Amino acid sequence: MKTKRPKLDLKNGRVELTYGGGGRAMSQLIDELFRPAFSNTLLDELADYAGFPGGKRMVMATDGHVISPLFFPGGDIGCLSVHGTVNDVAMSGAKPLYLSASFILEEGFPLGDLHRIVTSMAEAAKAAGVSIVTGDTKVVERGKGDGVFITTTGIGVVEHDTPLGAGEIRSGDKIIVSGTIGDHGVAVMSKREGLSFGTDIQSDTAALHELTALAIETAPGLRVMRDPTRGGVAATLNELAEASGLGVRLDEASLPIRPEVNGACELLGLDPLNVANEGKLIAICSAEDADKLLATMRAHPLGKNAAMIGEMADDPHHFVQMTTSLGGNRIVDWLSGEQLPRIC
Amino acid sequence: MKYIEDFRNARHAKAFAEKIRQVADTGRNYRLMEFCGGHTHAIARYGLEDLLPDNVRMIHGPGCPVCVLPMGRIDNAIALAQDHDVILCTYADMMRVPGSHRTSLIKARSEGADVRMVYSPQDVLKIAEDTPDKQVVFFAIGFETTTPPTALLVNEIRARGLTNLSIFCNHVLTPSAMRGILAGDVQIDGFVGPSHVSTIIGAEPYEEFAGPDGRPVVIAGFEPLDVLQAIMMLIEKINRNETGVDVQYTRAVKPKGNERAIALMEEVFELRDTFEWRGLGFLEKSALKLKEAYADLDAEKRFNVPAISASDNPACECPSILRGQKHPVDCKLFGTICTPDNPMGSCMVSSEGACAAHWTYGRFREPKKAIA
Repeated sequence: MKTKRPKLDLKNGRVELTYGGGGRAMSQLIDELFRPAFSNTLLDELADYAGFPGGKRMVMATDGHVISPLFFPGGDIGCLSVHGTVNDVAMSGAKPLYLSASFILEEGFPLGDLHRIVTSMAEAAKAAGVSIVTGDTKVVERGKGDGVFITTTGIGVVEHDTPLGAGEIRSGDKIIVSGTIGDHGVAVMSKREGLSFGTDIQSDTAALHELTALAIETAPGLRVMRDPTRGGVAATLNELAEASGLGVRLDEASLPIRPEVNGACELLGLDPLNVANEGKLIAICSAEDADKLLATMRAHPLGKNAAMIGEMADDPHHFVQMTTSLGGNRIVDWLSGEQLPRIC
Repeated sequence: MKYIEDFRNARHAKAFAEKIRQVADTGRNYRLMEFCGGHTHAIARYGLEDLLPDNVRMIHGPGCPVCVLPMGRIDNAIALAQDHDVILCTYADMMRVPGSHRTSLIKARSEGADVRMVYSPQDVLKIAEDTPDKQVVFFAIGFETTTPPTALLVNEIRARGLTNLSIFCNHVLTPSAMRGILAGDVQIDGFVGPSHVSTIIGAEPYEEFAGPDGRPVVIAGFEPLDVLQAIMMLIEKINRNETGVDVQYTRAVKPKGNERAIALMEEVFELRDTFEWRGLGFLEKSALKLKEAYADLDAEKRFNVPAISASDNPACECPSILRGQKHPVDCKLFGTICTPDNPMGSCMVSSEGACAAHWTYGRFREPKKAIA
C-alpha cells in the first residue's frame, strides 16, 4: 500500500506548528524544502550530525530551541540548548568539543531571565566539557518572538573506529533505552499555561557524552545511537526502521516509564512513546554485546534505569510493532502532526 | 487502588480472554459494536483483538465527537475565527480536523486566526475576562460527557455578566446515534455501551434499544480489563437470548446517572429538530442547542452562522464502516489518499475513529474476514 501525501504548497502554504512536531509533517518539510535546498553528501546522511574530514574525523550538529515555558522543572532553555546539541554530536560516538550559540531575543525580555539562562548554559557547557566558541545575537520586535530562541551548533572529534549508522543494523539486534521515557515532555507540559495539574516530574535534560563514550568502549557490536527528543521513542524507532530496511519489535512490559509520567499522559490523552526526552538515548547493538552494554549503562548515573526494550526483525513494511502489556499486538506509529490531547 | 495498573493487569486480562473463549459458542459469530471512541482506542492500543477468538468481531462505532461533526460545522467555526475576528476556543483534537476546503482550525491559526486550545470551559472564561475588547466563542463539541461543563459555562457567563463570550453549540446525544445506526440494515448482536457518557445519563436511556426487538447493552469502562469483562458479559447475554442493559462499569455508572448534571443540561439546552452527523446523515432530535432564554449567548445567532452542507468524498466508506457493514481496508481511500495525516472521512479524523485506529495501531493485521 503506497501512501500519497499531498506535496507542500511552496507557493501559498505557511509554516504550521505541526512542522515542528517531530512527526511526518516535519519529515516532509525536511524532505521537500530543506534537503533539496541544502543537499550535500554529509547532510543527506540525515543523521543528527555531520562528520567531515579534518586531521581526525570531525562531527557537527545544530539544534534550535524554542521551548515554552523557558524555565521548567529540572532545567531551562539555557542548559537544554547545550545538552541538545552536545547529545546530537555525542550520538556519533564523538567527543563534543566546541559550541556556537545564536540568540534571537524578543524586545522587552527581562535581562535577569537572560542572565539566568546564560549562566545555566555556561554551567551545562562546563559540565559537558565543551566550550562555546562563537555566537550571535539578534533582537526582534515585541510580539515577534517568544522571549528567547537559542540555536547552538556543536563540533566534536571521533576517536573510535566502530562504524555507526542505521545501515549497520541487522535483524536480531537488541534495542536498549538508557532510562525512563517521557520525563521531559511531561515536565514541560505540566507547566504550560492552562494546564492545572501539578506533578513532581523533572525534565531529564542532561549531556549524554559520557554514556555514549562508555557504549563505544564496551560494545564493539554497537550499531547506532540516537537521542529520542521530539516525537519521542516512537519517532526515533520508526526512523531507524525505515533507514535500516528492517522492522522493530518492542515489548511494552519492559518499557521504563515512571508511574507519574504514565498518569500525566493518561490525563492528557498522550502516549509516553511519543513524548520528548532530552537526556535519554536509544542504542541498537548486536545480541552478543547487548547484556554487557546494558550492564555498563546501568552502572552510570544517567543510565541507571536503562532497559532492553525490544529487537530488530525482518519486516518488509518496516513496522514498529509492540507486544502490549496485555499480550496483544499493535503498531507504534509516528505521531500524526502535533500531539494533541483527545477529548474523552 | 492504583487505577492505571490494576485495570491493565496482564494476568487478569489472560483470565478474561480464557473465559471469553470458553463462553463464546464456536457454532456462531458475535458482532459486537463498541460505541465509544474511547473503547475503540483501548481495543487498538492494547491489541485486544489478539485476545479474542476468531468468531468474535468488534465493530467500531461512531462515538467519537470529533469524527461525527459534519464538515459544514467545521467550516462555520473556521469562518467565525477568520471572518468575525473572534478568539475561537476549542478542545485539542478538534483543531486539526479538516473542513470542506481541506483547511482546519490549526491551519487557520497559522494564517493568523486566533484559535486557542483549551482543556476546560473554565479556561474559556479566563480568556474572555482577560480580553474584554474581543469577542470570544467557545466551539463546544462532544456527547453528554462534555455537555454539563458547557452548561456550567453558560451559567457562569450569566452570573459574571460577560457580554463578549458566546457558545457555538455542537453537543450531540448518544442514544440518538445508536438509534440512527440500528435504523439501517445492520448486523450487530450487541453493544459495549458508552463509558463516560453513561456516568452522566445513567443506564436507563439505553433501555429502548434493549427491548424485545433490540440488542443487549453492557456499559463498560475505558480500561482494557473493563472492555474484556464487558465483552464476556455481552457474549453471555447473547447466549441466553437476553436483551436489556447491564453495567460492567459499576464503579462510576448509576442507573439514573448524575442527576445534578442532567438537571443542569435540561436547564440550559433543548433538542434540535434535526442535526447532521458526519457518516450517518441527518438524525432527528439528536443534538442540543441553547434554550431561547440563552439565545443572546448563542454564537449562531450572534454572528449569523449560516447552515453549510458539505459532502464527503463519494468513495468514502465511512457510513458503511460506522454501521459495521464494511471494514476500513474495504475502502479504496484507506491508507492511500486517506491517512491520519490527511484524513478524508470521519473515521480517520481522530485517533478514536475506526479507520485511524486500524491505521495507527493495527494495519499489520488482516481483518477477521470470516465474519466480515
